[in-house]
Amino acid sequence: MDTTESADIKTSKGMIFSIASGKGGTGKTSLACAMARALGPGAALLDCDVEEPNCALFIEPDIESEIDFCVPVPVINPVKCQGRGRCQQVCEYNAIKLFNGKPFLFDHMCHSCGACALACRAITEKPRHAGKIRRGRSGDLFFADGLMNIGEASPVWLIKAVKALAPSGGDVIIDCPPGTSCPMISAVSGSDFCLLVSEPTPFGLSDLKLAVGTLEKIKIPYALVINRYDLGNGEMEAWCAQKGIKILLKIPFDREIAAAYSRGKTILDVRPEYGQTLKKMSVVIKAGVPA
Amino acid sequence: MKICVSAMSGAMDAKVSERFGRAPYFVIVESEGMSFTPVINAAESMQGGAGPEAVRQVAAHGAQVILTGDLGPNAKTAIEAAGIKGVTGISGVKTVRQAVEEYLKK
Repeated sequence: MDTTESADIKTSKGMIFSIASGKGGTGKTSLACAMARALGPGAALLDCDVEEPNCALFIEPDIESEIDFCVPVPVINPVKCQGRGRCQQVCEYNAIKLFNGKPFLFDHMCHSCGACALACRAITEKPRHAGKIRRGRSGDLFFADGLMNIGEASPVWLIKAVKALAPSGGDVIIDCPPGTSCPMISAVSGSDFCLLVSEPTPFGLSDLKLAVGTLEKIKIPYALVINRYDLGNGEMEAWCAQKGIKILLKIPFDREIAAAYSRGKTILDVRPEYGQTLKKMSVVIKAGVPA
Repeated sequence: MKICVSAMSGAMDAKVSERFGRAPYFVIVESEGMSFTPVINAAESMQGGAGPEAVRQVAAHGAQVILTGDLGPNAKTAIEAAGIKGVTGISGVKTVRQAVEEYLKK
């Protein structure tokens, strides 16, 4: 059987692609929006960069529902509290401290892990408003995003809630937050494949190394897309060759793309040929034979 | 009275640390006789919540006053809860001894 046939078989099944980067501003959202458009009918785009979601600016979805999102935070019953300090002991985030034998809650530092409520009967949990989840459609495309309230300690729960909205069957594109800490990890977790977008600069390479290290650790297959590949130096490609990391696509710096971005248009609006390129790239990934 | 000074090392001649929650050391000075206890600040390298954790350590050592450069918002809330007096604006040019002596003169 040749690879084209096996690719066709696998295309019929949906796949979860996460788009991550390490460094910010390399083109995650641009690629995510373009891919969602390119993969066409039945695809879904989930904007999990909930600290500043911006896919909606490009996709312009019709929002069908907007719901409030809450996280659990502890409530300490002072009558039941015996001042033993179990809550302080189990809190990894320094959100509960005992002073003069009484627990004091720094509730904006709470990550809603629930450990204190498990550790002590004097503690119950109440919901705290942490953000919003929107869902809608843009043509054939299913769309959802999360918007975290300013000042929240952790976006992890909101990211998980947005991911849970992924419809089954079709391809799912997840636009991830930058970096390599909890938000990025919770966004890429569970995806079938992660596309790392980077730029060939020393900053881009440094953060790419961190992102690669993270994905290796959590065992998610990945490959690289180099954006603005003609602007930097050759170090990134040399490093990838040495590590055996596949580079699936190189997007040159293109003033038209940049100008389109500034007007809220996707890559496909000005360079429709990328539609075929991205579609092919997804087929190659699904076939498990990265070019 | 026990006075806590945020410091760059654990001695009376150490320079004052202008940061409180992320100070490397606290020097707890007993104003009667100027004896002191150096405390390594376990919160210095914590990812978050260094202020409250630093206040907890200092409170556990019985300090009633904190002398430092500045207190973050979490540390301020915590010292209020702990009933500790905070004095800010102490320059990092000064030593722990100077900071305590100047405070006691006031």
